[in-house]
Amino acid sequence: MSAEEKIISSEILSVEGIEVIYDESILGVSDISLKVLKGEIVAILGANGAGKSTTMKAISGIAVTERARVSKGDIKFKGNSVLNIAPHKLAHKNIVHVLEGRRVFEHLTVEENLKSGTFLHRPTRAQMNSEIDQIYHWFPRLKDKRKTLAGLTSGGEQQMLAIGRALLTKPELVLLDEPSMGLAPILMQEIFSIISQLNKENDVSFLVAEQNIHLSLRHAHRAYLIESGKVALSGTAKELSAREDLHQIYLGVEEVL
Amino acid sequence: MTLFLEALIGGLLAGTMYSLVAIGFVLIFKASGVFNYAQGAMLLFSALTLVSLNEFGFPFWAALVMTIIITVIGAILIERIVLRPLANRNVMTLFMATLGLAYVIEGMAQGIMGAEIRGFDVGIEDLPIFWGDILISQFDLVAAAVAITMVAILALFFNKTRIGISLRAVADDTAAAQTLGININRIWQIVWAVAALTGLVAGMAWGARQGISFTLSLVVLKALPVLIIGGFTSIGGAIVAGLIVGASEALAETYIGVHIGGGIVTWVAYFVAIGFLFYRPSGLFGDIEIERV
Ligand SMILES: Nc1ncnc2c1ncn2[C@@H]1O[C@H](COP(=O)(O)OP(=O)(O)O)[C@@H](O)[C@H]1O
Ligand SMILES: [Mg+2]
Repeated sequence: MSAEEKIISSEILSVEGIEVIYDESILGVSDISLKVLKGEIVAILGANGAGKSTTMKAISGIAVTERARVSKGDIKFKGNSVLNIAPHKLAHKNIVHVLEGRRVFEHLTVEENLKSGTFLHRPTRAQMNSEIDQIYHWFPRLKDKRKTLAGLTSGGEQQMLAIGRALLTKPELVLLDEPSMGLAPILMQEIFSIISQLNKENDVSFLVAEQNIHLSLRHAHRAYLIESGKVALSGTAKELSAREDLHQIYLGVEEVL
Repeated sequence: MTLFLEALIGGLLAGTMYSLVAIGFVLIFKASGVFNYAQGAMLLFSALTLVSLNEFGFPFWAALVMTIIITVIGAILIERIVLRPLANRNVMTLFMATLGLAYVIEGMAQGIMGAEIRGFDVGIEDLPIFWGDILISQFDLVAAAVAITMVAILALFFNKTRIGISLRAVADDTAAAQTLGININRIWQIVWAVAALTGLVAGMAWGARQGISFTLSLVVLKALPVLIIGGFTSIGGAIVAGLIVGASEALAETYIGVHIGGGIVTWVAYFVAIGFLFYRPSGLFGDIEIERV
């Protein structure tokens, strides 16, 4: 195997110049290209409205449910195009999307939420329980709240639940949309540490959308900075952290908006 | 006092049937946000299928099994042909689709099975039984037992089975459910089938009481006040509201109806429902939004 082939085979996700349009009229993103390699944590950084969520919804297929479609470009998962595949089928292909805003099933208990993540691969009851115990091991707070309605738990707990539930689908790639949104700094740290740990120990790849640049660059391997629907800058976390103009670019975006 | 208890108990028993009809609406509304106007037509269609097969010569149990199969297939077809192409459209479009559907189903039922009133003999004689001084209709008692059994089965289904939990997940957040690999089209087919089967049970109970005719599809109008009182998204609410409506009708009939002449049962439910609209617009247990902490 040549070096080049090796890189291609370890490439898990490749977004190739996509344009996404909502309602046949509103431009969501105009030109996004990015890659995620196996075992990487990649951050998508950008201000509110830059197009982070739209990019993720295009990858997971959830865009369709918001009447959006990919009008240009292609998205490949492990070398095959995944455009126009129904979102529930993408979950079967081991891509899981943790939607922005902690979308737990409010009227289900914490444990029922976790169970719903396991149904995909039809475990036996014993398997299901041991998989859920594994999540309780990562997120001990969830165990204390197992019988509580998810809608009544705290923001941090809901974010952990949403992540834990997604992990139970046994993904190879997790799309994580603004996990730190609205959380206290200490909880943000906790969540990102767990992401790093999961990434190291279980070899799960993560694509994380964030507005919190510093925190993300501390945990990500590489990052893309997007600005009104286009990639403005990309590089390794180290390179980007070293750039002094990073905040100007980022803040510049905010001013435009 | 005897008169009061008799009216109350009779009303509550009859109310379980209102609950059952309302549950059919709640199931579909909860899972997909559609107010299924065709619920009454579906109920009529399945009850009519049952009596027609029975008249045709099939024994009751065989006819029932066949009706269940036809009802489930019908529900799956409705989801596939009518609702799936309209997925992600607005609520009004979906409501109009079910309105059209109601007339198609009624027309089909009439075309295939005729328009005359059918008796529906389930083999229970309506002999009154006494409980102390209080007279209770045996028929109401059986119908209520059937309704309660149906509710218990639904409760088990929703809380203990994987499909039941998936259904509730879809009802809470359709997009999040899809990201976990839950196929919402299949879930909607199951919801429509369960709602249709609930309709079949309700149709049997109502049909046995008043015969099966096209007026049966007007139970929609009976269900509406129950839904207003109980909330459109709560099965528990539908049960309690059905009982409230049943009891108010019986009590109004007994105490007020005698003074102003009959006919009060046709509007008292709406009267109570409007009262509730002032007092609790989202219904007894209607979606009280859980605050995010
Ligand atoms: N459901 C939607 N319908 C129409 N336009 C949308 C929708 N969601 C996002 N957009 C638009 O797409 C653009 C990108 O938004 P989004 O991807 O949500 O940004 P971010 O996640 O970076 O904050 C914005 O201009 C936004 O207004
Ligand atoms: Mg976003």
